[in-house]
Parts: sequence; C-alpha cells; structure tokens
Amino acid sequence: MIPIDVIESTANKLMAKAAIEIPDDYLTGLKKAADSEDGDLSSYVLRAMLDNYVAAKEDGRAMCGDTGTPRWYVKMGNETTIEGGPIALEAALRRATADATANVPLRPNRVHPLWRTDHDNNVGIGAPEIEYGYEPGDEWIDLITVHKGGLFGTDYRMLFPSDGIEGIKRFYLDSLVAFGKRGLACQPAIIGIGLGGTKDSCMVLGKRAACLRTVGDRNSDPRIATLEDELKELGNSIGMGAMGFVGKHMVIDCNIEVGYCHTGGMQMSVHAFCLSSRRAVARIFPDGRVEHRTDPDWFTPYQRRETVEWDLPAGHAKSA
Amino acid sequence: MGPSSGPREIRLSTTPDKADLDALELGDIVWLDGLIYTAREGVYMRALDEGAPLPIDLPAASAANFHCSPAANIRDDGSFDLGAVTATASFRFAKWLPRWIETTGARLIIGKGGMSSKDYKDYFVPNGAIYLSTVGYGTGALLGRGVETVEAVHWRDELGLAQAMWVIRANRMGPFIVASDRTGACLFERENAKIAANLEKVYEGTKPAVLKRLGETDDRSDEMIG
Repeated sequence: MIPIDVIESTANKLMAKAAIEIPDDYLTGLKKAADSEDGDLSSYVLRAMLDNYVAAKEDGRAMCGDTGTPRWYVKMGNETTIEGGPIALEAALRRATADATANVPLRPNRVHPLWRTDHDNNVGIGAPEIEYGYEPGDEWIDLITVHKGGLFGTDYRMLFPSDGIEGIKRFYLDSLVAFGKRGLACQPAIIGIGLGGTKDSCMVLGKRAACLRTVGDRNSDPRIATLEDELKELGNSIGMGAMGFVGKHMVIDCNIEVGYCHTGGMQMSVHAFCLSSRRAVARIFPDGRVEHRTDPDWFTPYQRRETVEWDLPAGHAKSA
Repeated sequence: MGPSSGPREIRLSTTPDKADLDALELGDIVWLDGLIYTAREGVYMRALDEGAPLPIDLPAASAANFHCSPAANIRDDGSFDLGAVTATASFRFAKWLPRWIETTGARLIIGKGGMSSKDYKDYFVPNGAIYLSTVGYGTGALLGRGVETVEAVHWRDELGLAQAMWVIRANRMGPFIVASDRTGACLFERENAKIAANLEKVYEGTKPAVLKRLGETDDRSDEMIG
C-alpha cells in the first residue's frame, strides 16, 4: 500500500520542481537552438531565457510569472493500492496544489469562468485536472504534474482522409504561424500533435504528446517517427523564431500521438508547450521510497496497445 | 548579458521624460528603475467602468503600467512573497487602454505581444506613450530579481491576488524590448513583414482543408489580435 503522507509531500515537491526547474531534455534542446540561432533579436531572447533558467534555480523562484494551470497525471501499476483509496489521493493532490501555490509561490491562475471567483490557490471546480493511466504488474504510483500555459498556441480541426498529409501540414503551419506571430505561443516550444481519436480524445492525445513526451523521443511507429522529424523541420523552416522575430527556431521538437478514429475522419489537434515547459515526475513505492525524474514515460507499449487482450512482454514488468 | 554586437541596452526611469522616450528605437533593450504598478482587466473595469477612485497618485508615483499578475503571495503577517513576474498578452486590453492612458498619464505600457500599429498611432503617440514587451516570454525569474520591494497591493479583497494592483519598486528590472516608437511603428509588424516573404515557399505542397470554417482566411498577413 502506498502511504498517503508520502504522496502529499512528494506532490508538494513536484509542484515546486515543475515551476522552478527546466527539464534537462528541453534545456538541451533549447541550448542547441540558441547555438545556431542567427536572428539578432531572437538570439538575444534565447540567451535571456537561458539566463532565466539559471536565475530561477539559484533563487528558487518560478521560471515564469505565469505559472500555468497545474494538473496531475497519475499512473499506477496494476497491483497498486493507496492508503485511504482514490478519494484520499485526490484530496492530497488538491491540497498540495493549494499549498504549493502559496509556498513557491505560484500565480493563483484558476478562476470561475463566469464569476471570476479566485480561491487564490489554483483549486476550484474541476481544477486541478487529475487524469489516470495504468500499467500491467507491480505496485507503484507515478505522480506527474504539468503546469501548461493556457491561452495561446492550441487548436483543433476536423480533417478527413482526403486531406491527407498535405492537409495535416497545412493545419500545422496555420497553427504555428497564427500563434507564432508576436510570440503568443511562447516558442520555441515542444509541439504536440494529436491525430484521430474523437474530438475530445484528439485534444487529450495532442496535449499529452506535448507535455508527457520528451525532446528527442520518437513515436514507436517508424512512419510516425519520420513524420515527427519532417514536421519539426517544416516548423523550423518558417523563418520565425522566439517572440515572432525573424529566426530559425519555432519547434524544439514535434511529438505525434494517434488514436483510432471514425472511418470517415482524421481529427487533428496542435499544442505548444512553452519556453518554460513545466513538468515534474516521481515514482512512489509501498516502502515510501521516492524516485524523481523528468521523463513522464507515459506512452508505453501498453498505452499504445492496439488489440483486445494484453500479454505482458517478457521483462517488461520490472522496467515499466 | 549579451555581446557588444547585440541590441542597444538602456536604463530608463518609470517616470520618463519625453526626450528619453523619443530616443527609444524599436528593438532596444530597456532596464527600468522606479515604481511600476500592475493593472489589467480587473483594475481597468473597477477604475474605468465602475468609477472607483485610483488608490495611488498617477502619474506622479508611476507612469509605468505592467500587464502582469505576479507569482506572489501575501503572508499571514501581511508581508509579501514575490517570486516570478511576467506579462500577460496586452491586445485584450485595447478596450480600456485609450481611457486608461489618458486618465492616468501612463507613458510606459509593459506587456506581452504588443498592440497594433493602429493602436499606437491612435492613442499611444498622441499621449507620448511607448510599449515595452517582456522578453521570451517568460524571463520571470530575471524580472523578479529586479523587484526591490513590493510597496503595496491595492484592491486585493475586491479583485483577488492575480488581478489586484501590485505596486513594486524596480531596480534595474528587465530585460524589456522596445516594441513601439515615437512614430507609432510596431516591432512585431516589422518582423511579420520580413517573415511573410518566405511563407509562400513554406506552404508549398500543402493544401487547404476540405471542410472550411466560417470566417476562415488564407491571408497569411492576418494576425490573431485586433
């Protein structure tokens, strides 16, 4: 059984880590971009961002004043039980979100959509979102927090099989150009693309592709991996850089996730995870041990399964 | 920060003279000294739509309006804990800005993404105001370092922490980029125009979606704002 107090204290640490520490994979990607950027203004911006990550870590203050909309992705091994059950888990995550908002501090972004009521703690109706995933075997719980910015850089479109790859490229470019101007998307970003599913799950897939995969990671389907490379290069050939200034870097990486969709359609969503790609991950074991990491490792073979039954591949259980 | 070949860097008071503002060129980097206040839709609605009297003396105290909600908290003992500060997108405030600039004498509007050159020519230039953009966006920690003290937080109970008017003392706070000038020229529109020339080539080999959307445009010089 996973101790609930460890869940809450770990969740508190993750909230701070996500806000303050830029994940290594994104940092490496951005440094590479900064090294080859030759637009004078966009190059200045990238160097300022690199200084900013150092300042945030040195001071223990949030990287960005807009600390996004905190949310949780929770994944469990099939044998996992939680002290107090799922209700206690959700209460612990909501409490940690509220406490960290005051203690880091984060910006209390969450308000009622109509009455603009602000609890000053990022907790409210449906906030923070808590989403779940499961893996075969073992007893552990992964807590993943993502604090994605919420206003610009995301779009959805119903495409059809006849739109094809050319239609996918068009909507991708439209999204990057539209939100890239004036830097509204806070690029260069990790671009996540959802293809297929249904309208709502397409949005979920694209968001997870942006937030739950790392820079340099490739889809396990080699043809999708090739498309990821192609779209990354296409985005970086627009001629637009940070803040919409002339430059070579819009896209630090492009990740695509797919889901089976209606036979007549090809849903597509595009999501930009910003210059302060806030994500933090920890795995907690029943003995109270906590392992921190920055790779959510969400899209396992099990998450991308295509068939009815699931046979655990040999050796997969321990490395999940 | 920045090699000598980079943009020009300037220190500027938050109650600047006309001559200081006239000297600014698009793309200059600015570091601010003096009092800055945050004001966005909450403050604008309360002051302009509801007519609540301003809690500080503007522009005597400050002529610098930051479109910002800080990542900050007020401790139980009333002291302030301010971490990172960054701007929010300004185009959404065009409804209130002409009256705000006119009534408060704001000379520096600081935010994200700038306004259109039409906004600049219509009410920035006639009032001698300049737009400064934050950098990144998201140099929140660097900007936070430039905040010497939080002087006051007004309308916290009425508007909540994020929308309240935070009055901060800046000490070489920055970097900011000059995004409009004395003639109303717009840095972002200048960059858009340079990029536009390449867009046709990038779009080659793509095709428009078979299902159109109402109001859709393929004019790539269009912007999402304004």
